Amino acid sequence: MSRLGYLFGEGFRGIFKHGFMSFASVTIIIACLIIMGTISLLCVNIDTLIDDLEDQNEIVAFIDEDMGEIQAAALEQEIVGTDNVASAEFVSREEAMDNFMGNYDAALMEGVDATVFRHRYVIQLDDIAEMAKTKQELETIPGIAKVNAHLDYADSFIKIRNIITVVSFVLIGVLVFVSFFIMSNTIKLATYSRREEIAIMKMVGASNSFIRLPFVIEGLILGLLGSLLAFVIMWGLYNALSSRIISSFSVSFLHIVPFSSVREFVLAGFLAVGILVGAFGGVNAIRNYLKV
Amino acid sequence: MVEMRNVRKIYDSSNTVALDGIDFSVEDGEFVFLVGSSGSGKSTIIKLITGEIRPTSGKIIVNDYDMAKIRRGKLPKMRRTLGVIFQDFRLIDNMTVYDNVAFAMRVVGARNRDIRKRVPYVLDLVGLDGRERRLPNELSGGEQQRVAIARALVNNPRMIVADEPTGNLDPVRSLELMLLFEKINDMGTTVLVVTHEKELVNAFSKRVVAIDGGQVISDGMDGYFAYE
Ligand SMILES: Nc1ncnc2c1ncn2[C@@H]1O[C@H](COP(=O)(O)OP(=O)(O)OP(=O)(O)O)[C@@H](O)[C@H]1O
Ligand SMILES: [Mg+2]
Repeated sequence: MSRLGYLFGEGFRGIFKHGFMSFASVTIIIACLIIMGTISLLCVNIDTLIDDLEDQNEIVAFIDEDMGEIQAAALEQEIVGTDNVASAEFVSREEAMDNFMGNYDAALMEGVDATVFRHRYVIQLDDIAEMAKTKQELETIPGIAKVNAHLDYADSFIKIRNIITVVSFVLIGVLVFVSFFIMSNTIKLATYSRREEIAIMKMVGASNSFIRLPFVIEGLILGLLGSLLAFVIMWGLYNALSSRIISSFSVSFLHIVPFSSVREFVLAGFLAVGILVGAFGGVNAIRNYLKV
Repeated sequence: MVEMRNVRKIYDSSNTVALDGIDFSVEDGEFVFLVGSSGSGKSTIIKLITGEIRPTSGKIIVNDYDMAKIRRGKLPKMRRTLGVIFQDFRLIDNMTVYDNVAFAMRVVGARNRDIRKRVPYVLDLVGLDGRERRLPNELSGGEQQRVAIARALVNNPRMIVADEPTGNLDPVRSLELMLLFEKINDMGTTVLVVTHEKELVNAFSKRVVAIDGGQVISDGMDGYFAYE
């Protein structure tokens, strides 16, 4: 029985001796990581969506409903004359409907009249940072009913993302704490069943780090196990969910980030949390024994 | 080596004055009996020496460490200079005699070579050769206490402190154990033994420090009678 063998042996022994609690702490870590991962991946996807939207420096100006096609087409000069407008392309009602139908299932659109669409201009901007200001100016032009800027979507997505971020930080904090608590109590069982051995180690002058190590190793093993299992589950879950989302929308305006491009990030995050919760759980479990 | 100067210990939990100005010292190489009635503060003195508790006031030096001020991180090193023995043996039940003793070396980082050489030597010294493979519950009380003594000795401490080591043994085993302590002392290790067995103390002509009510009431070769 070597010194290292002793340390690892004790670490594993604790896990099997208190199988139920070990199972509970691994499960809770997995649950915590899955929730954490789901929230983070949701944020990643919203962020890409926001980026996509911001990349399109295109806005759409809708014309008053009662304005005819000729009059509407005549607004072009004024629109192009507005600051920050690079170009403007007139799209008639009928063209707009054709475009729309091309994107969607034609059967759905049967019987839809072109009058539900409006004449419009698709306008390219020089500088998207000025989008809000340009939008306001365009809306003052008589005959323009409404200007749709993606910025609006982008703004609301950013708001949603910020709310999710705040909520998730709180949630993740609570979950990490709960995992830590359960982990620490699991390992406390191991310290309790070995309290006499610990007392003897202290009496003969074993260093605190040596006494602590088997319990930290026990925590690390549980933490690592939890993060690896959580990673596999997360992977499967994400792929299943994203393929459902993609297949239930015929247009992929929702561009879902593939798991392969976040795999390392998820794995590293999960391992970091698992290792930290495990190690600190172990340190905390033995703390009271090392006070004197 | 132990030096205690005006040591007071008040247990906050029970508001008990366990030690009320203890003064005595034990020089390197000495053999000292510490006697006193139940509750007089003997175990408190042992715990102060091993650093398990700290004094409320006063000065305690143990093997050159200042026990009133010692930092927690220094305690393991300090404890390696001591061998501690208790009335209830405190062996690990599922380890053999050999492993119980080797454990003490292993946990302070001794090399396997040294463990293989040293453990049989101390087991032989305490009279346990041939018992290496037994578990503690396959031994008599006296033999179990010898295992504890072997474990206390195995890291070659400067001093042995024993708190009522013969409390669970019959008079003959007790005498044999004291003879073993005397042998260990003859080999150069300082020995401090707490006991309240009068016959045992009187069978040896050793220095006796008697305490009562948390104070030293006599200190000398005839100390035990003074305590009565
Ligand atoms: N942990 C503690 N908390 C509170 N009071 C304590 C504690 N340990 C000891 N005492 C009290 O301090 C006094 C001295 O106790 P101590 O154990 O030192 O006596 P002792 O001489 O070893 O007695 P015995 O011969 O019965 O072992 C006693 O009154 C005891 O009740
Ligand atoms: Mg006592």
